[in-house]
Amino acid sequence: MMRQWISLLGLLALSGVAMAADAVGATEKQATNWHAIIMFCLFVAMTMGITYWAASRTKSTADFYTAGGGITGFQNGLAIAGDYMSAATLLGLTAMVFGQGYDGYIYMMAFFAGWPVILFLMAERLRNLGKFTFSDITAYRLDQGKVRTMAAISSLTVVCFYLIAQMVGAGQLIKLLFGLDYNIAIFAVGILMMVYVTFGGMVATTWVQIIKACMLLSGGTLVMILAMSQFDFSFSKLMDNAMSVHKLGDKLMYPGGLLKDPVTAISLGLGLMFGTAGLPHILMRFFTVTDAKEARKSVLYASGFVAYFFNVIFLMGLSAIIIVGQNPEFFEGGDIGKKLIGGGNMVAMHLAKAVGGDMLLGFLAAVAFATILAVVSGLALAGASAISHDLYARVIMKGQASEASEIRVSKFATIVLGAIAIVLGILFETQNVAFMVGLAFGVAAAANFPVLILSMYWKGLTTRGALFGGYSGLISAVLFVVLSKSVWVDVLHNAAPIFPYTQPALFAMPIAFLMAWIFSKSDSSVRASAEIEAFEDQYVRAQTGYGAAAASNH
Amino acid sequence: MSSAMYERMRGNPKFGELVAKRGRFAWTLAIIVLAMFYGFVMVVAFNPLSLGQPVAEGSRLTVGVAVELFMFIFFWVLTAVYVRRANTEFDALTQQIVQEAWKENK
Repeated sequence: MMRQWISLLGLLALSGVAMAADAVGATEKQATNWHAIIMFCLFVAMTMGITYWAASRTKSTADFYTAGGGITGFQNGLAIAGDYMSAATLLGLTAMVFGQGYDGYIYMMAFFAGWPVILFLMAERLRNLGKFTFSDITAYRLDQGKVRTMAAISSLTVVCFYLIAQMVGAGQLIKLLFGLDYNIAIFAVGILMMVYVTFGGMVATTWVQIIKACMLLSGGTLVMILAMSQFDFSFSKLMDNAMSVHKLGDKLMYPGGLLKDPVTAISLGLGLMFGTAGLPHILMRFFTVTDAKEARKSVLYASGFVAYFFNVIFLMGLSAIIIVGQNPEFFEGGDIGKKLIGGGNMVAMHLAKAVGGDMLLGFLAAVAFATILAVVSGLALAGASAISHDLYARVIMKGQASEASEIRVSKFATIVLGAIAIVLGILFETQNVAFMVGLAFGVAAAANFPVLILSMYWKGLTTRGALFGGYSGLISAVLFVVLSKSVWVDVLHNAAPIFPYTQPALFAMPIAFLMAWIFSKSDSSVRASAEIEAFEDQYVRAQTGYGAAAASNH
Repeated sequence: MSSAMYERMRGNPKFGELVAKRGRFAWTLAIIVLAMFYGFVMVVAFNPLSLGQPVAEGSRLTVGVAVELFMFIFFWVLTAVYVRRANTEFDALTQQIVQEAWKENK
């Protein structure tokens, strides 16, 4: 404990707080440290208990990948909301509203609007056609080996980028909040994640996600209510105050800097909306419920929670403009004009401290850590299933693998992914990883989504078309991001970006669709016509759910 | 799986009815959401100033915030409407189709 106090004090000293003058502040920080660590340990203890229980129920591959398909719509809705609301949502979006006002709200709309569309056009077909991974759907009537390899590669790309962003975020956050060393935090996240996934599979991952979603929703709500009480729960009063002190002034509620030009705005909208519909760890959730009926309900609950929480975050961000932005205690050197202590992403944490003291800060910090842990576990499971179910069982063993060996491979894959996440987390410590989540969404929107939606809706899709569409989407999304400002200039320190926009979706998605269409249309092979023929049966199953993977009995 | 079962289901006029009704309903809702969302994105892109106006003289609520709040609620209501109809009417129809295909099987 002593060492943590010392390192935290060191941190405060480094951040320019005068030690003597802030002796009281420093003591408070130590207490905070305690609350956060105790609450986080409680969370870990509870989830470990669940993992122990889940381990006894995780015997078959169906248990491991999809919790035996026995999750209810409500539970799955919470878990999806949990998967979707990462720490970036809580911290990043609050910070965005704090700094940019209305722009943050636009971002949230773009994050949300994908859900109804997923429900109307995809949810029941996903459940009716899929079993463990979304490649089950894309490869349903196409060449198993090639299409699954492609889907697994793009899934793993998405998972890796997302993992890096989460791991680096975790390390920074914990360094700051718990006073622990960055590397210790990275190892803690990596190892806990390995334990959840390898022992408890989807059952444990889902329950970790559910608990965390409840903590996040209640913690956020509490902070929002306490903050709003300072403005007598009046939105006008809040806005009056916020506009009078914010550097944007009256422009606070105008769309502004983040969406400078139409292309960026539209591209972002496309990327966030269809990226959601291509994230492997989200898609996998549709296979954990009993049937299409429950799959629909999951989206209803999930989108309800997400919509609600985004509005909570909007209010949190706005009230932080006054409560945090006007309080010198939260700025380096006690100067309001300077940087926020701990950087921009700490707005939500400072707000919790301001309205609820150390107890609430501790709780919210524990929630943020739990959030990262839960999202990382979901990602690892999705990545591991791409390796074991798609690559190992279907591509390498051509469907001949035994259940036991498939589970063994998936557990091994989880451990490897955990190790990779730890290594990457350490390597990227000092990098700006903000673009990683955007890149993950871009690849999901341009590589996973087009092939997935075409395989469900377009009879004419052939293996050749799917491969060209998928790979071209993947390569172009990655290239556009690498050549854009966020990597080419900010990371590689070149003078000017080669690709002028920061969002790849508007360009990479049409490339993927076009390639899939051209190379399917021009495919006159015998296999192609058999694949087109097979669409009819797939279509009946997609519509009726007859023959769909059933829930396993316990 | 059993191609014969799929064949029979496809032959059932109720299957055509299910697909047409649900397809029409789902696409209508999806198009409403897409049109509203991308319409909104277009306004953000081409006429951002209009979103910063207050909804009424002297009000602190801006058009942009009001529109977005409405979309959050409205989109969610649409999902509820879809889930309600799909989980009752469409699922009942689906069950009939599957059962009738089974009967023919015997």
